[in-house]
Amino acid sequence: MENVLVIRNLNSWFGDNHVLKNIRMEIAKNSVTSVMGPSGCGKSTFIRCLNRMHDMTPSFRMEGEILLDGVNIYSESVDPVYLRRRVGMVFQQANPFPRMSVFENVAVGLRLNGRKLSKSDIAEVVERSLRMAALWNEVKDHLDRPGVSLSGGQQQRLCIARALAVEPEVLLMDEPCSALDPVSTAKIEELIEDLSEKYTIAVVTHNMQQAARISDNVAFFLMGELIEMDKSGKMFTNPSDKRTEQYITGRFG
Amino acid sequence: METITFRRKAVDRAMKWAFHLCAFLVILPLFLIFFDLLIKGAKELRWTLLTDLPHPVGDPGGGIANGILGTFVITLLTMTWSVPVAVMCGIYLAEYGRGKFASAVRFAVDTLTGVPSIIMGIFGYILIVLPMKRFSAWAGAAALSMIFIPVVVRTTEDMLRTVPGTVREAALALGIEHWKTTLFITVRTASSGILTGILLAMARIIGETAPLLFTTLGNQFWQTRLDQPMAAMPLQVFSYAISPYEDWHDKAWAGALVLITMVLLINLGARFLTREKQ
Repeated sequence: MENVLVIRNLNSWFGDNHVLKNIRMEIAKNSVTSVMGPSGCGKSTFIRCLNRMHDMTPSFRMEGEILLDGVNIYSESVDPVYLRRRVGMVFQQANPFPRMSVFENVAVGLRLNGRKLSKSDIAEVVERSLRMAALWNEVKDHLDRPGVSLSGGQQQRLCIARALAVEPEVLLMDEPCSALDPVSTAKIEELIEDLSEKYTIAVVTHNMQQAARISDNVAFFLMGELIEMDKSGKMFTNPSDKRTEQYITGRFG
Repeated sequence: METITFRRKAVDRAMKWAFHLCAFLVILPLFLIFFDLLIKGAKELRWTLLTDLPHPVGDPGGGIANGILGTFVITLLTMTWSVPVAVMCGIYLAEYGRGKFASAVRFAVDTLTGVPSIIMGIFGYILIVLPMKRFSAWAGAAALSMIFIPVVVRTTEDMLRTVPGTVREAALALGIEHWKTTLFITVRTASSGILTGILLAMARIIGETAPLLFTTLGNQFWQTRLDQPMAAMPLQVFSYAISPYEDWHDKAWAGALVLITMVLLINLGARFLTREKQ
């Protein structure tokens, strides 16, 4: 299978704190990859490297390569702004733009990205994105209501729709369900499975059951190191590394 | 045991009343000023006050219409350049300002906020009135903008800092450029707070007298040319008040009442804007 993202010898630091140690990973096209591990293991830091979200943090430093379709995303010829249009992100806390309606929240990426689209084109993309995020039926009659007036689970799906509207190839999700109730979580998990037909998805989670349910591949991080990465089925039944086994059987973390 | 409980409760109650009393003392002057003005200004409070020019001494009637127009013109003039400069400077401090230059700017802005307004007037006099060899609305607006800008810079910065970092992150993750994120997402999120700051600063400069004394001077007639001395409400009130004539004193009271009512209305508008946000 074709690899969209290839990570080679990734090391990163916040100041003197060595957060990620020699990570190598390959992420296959149209797959769901879960990144799991205990708190502070570097999984969020890792996923944020993939769309250069650390660029604004002055103390951040990294070495190594991250290749997106064969091009190193940290090379000088790559503009992080364009990179982020190809690699979208959904955050732990649903963060719709506070003073914007449901419609505007989804449309804003298109509008501000300087693409010349007619009103009807934008409306079409908004509807398509909301349908893909399984939110259309719940909000179609009040698209002009503030995005923040939706429920927590709806807000998170709104954020997914917003990310999809700019038509990325890769979708990064940083613990997208950790602030949601079980019903909303189930909806998002179902959504992730559907979306993987068109997108390459990487999900950070500290919930092992979730990782088992949604992912094709699972990576286990511990103290900044990638301990093991394998097919989901193998990781949870017959892991190669003792530490992985200890973690999934609940002996630490 | 019981006496201690009793004392503790008594102290608790006394402190509670002390806090309430101080809160009451703080708002008391506003009511005293307003009712005093209402009583003393009522005599001259009629429509012609708002529509007529000042009349000569002894001639009854007459108003502050040119002062109202002048205040309107000078305030608008001040804000045309002060609002963009102040808001952009606030954006700089909140979104970019990290280094030594930023702390220097912040310190300078705080210092400017505390400079007595008469100094701004003298500064406008030296900088604009002397070279132009005449008092003018331009000079008044320049002096007022030095009062207006620092206030709006700091409220803009404070309001932008209340916008959660997750909002900026969400925008950047959509591939929106930094400057567009700032202007169309972050500033928009804080817009009602920023607007409130602008309105409060506007209310402040509408009532400023000292900076105008040395710069726009005042005028007894209609004047809309910006390079000429112009009337302004606080100046009109001032010149009525220091005159030796009884009926002019009454007009000063009435003029002050109009002025404070306008400031009150602007502040109410600002309140309304912040309430809408919640």
